[in-house]
Amino acid sequence: MKKVYQLEGLDCANCAAKLERAIGEIEGVSAASISFMTQRMTIETQEDQLAGVMKMVKKTIRKVEPDCTLVE
Amino acid sequence: MTRKQKRMLVRIGAGAVIFAAAMLLPLEGLWRLGIFLAAYGVTGWDVLWRAVRNIARGKIFDENFLMSIATVGAFVLGEYPEGVAVMLFYQVGEWFQGYAVHRSRRSIAELMDIRPDYANVERDGQTLRVDPEEVAIGETILVKPGEKIPLDGEVIQGSSTLDTAALTGESLPREAEPGAEVLSGCINGGGLLRIRVTKHFGESTVSKILEMVENASSKKARSENFITRFAKYYTPVVVIAAALLAVVPPLVVPGAQFSEWVHRALIFLVISCPCALVISVPMSFFGGIGGASRQGILVKGSNYLEMLAQSEIVVLDKTGTLTKGNFQVTEVRPEDGTDKEALLEWAAYAECYSSHPIALSLRRAYGRELEPGRVDAPEEAAGRGLTAKVDGHLVAAGNRKMMEEMGLSPKGTDPVGTVVHVAVDGTYRGRIVISDEIKEDARQAMEELKRVGVQRTVMLTGDAPAVAEDVAKKLAIDEVYAGLLPLGKVEKVEELWRQKSKNGRLAFVGDGINDAPVLSRADIGIAMGGLGSDAAIEAADIVIMDDKPSRLATAIKISKKTVRIVRENIVFALGVKAVILALGALGIAGMWLAVFADVGVAFLAILNAMRALRPVK
Repeated sequence: MKKVYQLEGLDCANCAAKLERAIGEIEGVSAASISFMTQRMTIETQEDQLAGVMKMVKKTIRKVEPDCTLVE
Repeated sequence: MTRKQKRMLVRIGAGAVIFAAAMLLPLEGLWRLGIFLAAYGVTGWDVLWRAVRNIARGKIFDENFLMSIATVGAFVLGEYPEGVAVMLFYQVGEWFQGYAVHRSRRSIAELMDIRPDYANVERDGQTLRVDPEEVAIGETILVKPGEKIPLDGEVIQGSSTLDTAALTGESLPREAEPGAEVLSGCINGGGLLRIRVTKHFGESTVSKILEMVENASSKKARSENFITRFAKYYTPVVVIAAALLAVVPPLVVPGAQFSEWVHRALIFLVISCPCALVISVPMSFFGGIGGASRQGILVKGSNYLEMLAQSEIVVLDKTGTLTKGNFQVTEVRPEDGTDKEALLEWAAYAECYSSHPIALSLRRAYGRELEPGRVDAPEEAAGRGLTAKVDGHLVAAGNRKMMEEMGLSPKGTDPVGTVVHVAVDGTYRGRIVISDEIKEDARQAMEELKRVGVQRTVMLTGDAPAVAEDVAKKLAIDEVYAGLLPLGKVEKVEELWRQKSKNGRLAFVGDGINDAPVLSRADIGIAMGGLGSDAAIEAADIVIMDDKPSRLATAIKISKKTVRIVRENIVFALGVKAVILALGALGIAGMWLAVFADVGVAFLAILNAMRALRPVK
């Protein structure tokens, strides 16, 4: 299933690309894409894994781009 | 400006004031160092902090680190003013860059501002204001004058005109009256409408459009991928070059100062940041896609926009794409002694009980209300036409064969199209020509295509060759292939595709109804009249929301402009950087110029990228 999240503080396109790559490598994420212009992140994952995956995603964001946050 | 940007602006201002004071006050020794450090700290503490944080995470060569090293290095060498000034300049550049990104994000968001915020739904005799997502199919919503229609539906009460500009870029208003289908995203004009919802919000036109444009950036263009690949090699290459620059000359060149060359290497690194490219290239494509959607052209990905700029062969379907797909009386040719009006009247009455498209077009052309009482004994002659008694006269309306069977021989040849001959009481009275109408802007559209660089225009149709040739001639289309079955169209497109040059692209334009296989076979599949047709939105790469073929040339113009902007930015950014890198290595360019090559170039490239948003003429 596909989930869309809004991000905040995504200041550079290169960072968005790095973040996209890092999140795409998380186990359980089958596809991830981040649009720098709209600051939206789309993640594809299994419904039952969502909670665990999102925890990892947030951790990855904190690690790769500490200035960026996920709006809930 | 965001809050963060305002705060940053205050910090830059404060830093600049302290810096000015430090330059003017006649201070000595530690006091002097103290005041410069204060200016430096106010301006750049976050850069230092990020540099430290990133090193802790094993990421060394980022901008923050480079700026920190360069400015701290200046302080160590005793060049306090340079340390502060470079940091100040860097922050100003970063601020402008952030501001430009913010501005462009906002203008793109404005373009996309067709999402309705609420729906007035009628429940239990009350009107409630709810989120459009909460409205179920079959519920009734109320749309007041000036409001956006939140969900697709059917008008059950009220009449009004709708502004569809946000969806189609077309300012001509559409009529809405009971029974009419209306689309979400349109703005209601003067009347109050009650609408029965026929689609969930997620399936409604407005959601589909937004989803498509927002996801468009995930299909990356070749030049975007080029930049990503480029950045991967570029950064390590520059870092290695900088390291060599710092180490080799002092060892090889006699009398070369180690500190001098380290300084040059630092400058080298600051210049090298690929930010200008990494930001501006995707931004240009996004701007192009956003600007196109404003003109009623939906592009599903940057790659399609890039390919469209290279269109060499444009293949068009006839019916529904170049012609309106509805039959219309295009010519009335009475025999001498009969007037046009009377001929139409007889034909319309003779066919007044038929529901055939030809009968419908005759009645439409006649234009007046029919009085069924005047018609008696209508009879159909299969494959020939119809006869009926109208006001007591025997009227026959049908093809040539029918006339010949009645012993009449219409003189002259019949023009192209469907011809209805009319005889009254056994006397031949004239003919009416019915044909599919060519769209008003079709001819202009074909001329424009040639002007924007398309080499060949080709028309495919299942229609008879005579009709097809006629349309092609009127529109100045290069080639025609008529009498094709759907499978034949696919084969023809494949054949044409093999004829194009290596870098050229083949675009197919259809109305999306039964063109799906051809749309997917072409390099770029373009569907016309996407408004309300889900099939077209699914199958095509580019959707033209209204029915106008002239939008094709507009789309190509937008794509060419976008691609040109992307090239300009790549050449400009790399060019400036190459020059300043060379100057830096020779010791001519100082830290100032280096900072300009980094943030200044990025800022200018962003400004240029924003041009892609503006509409093309």
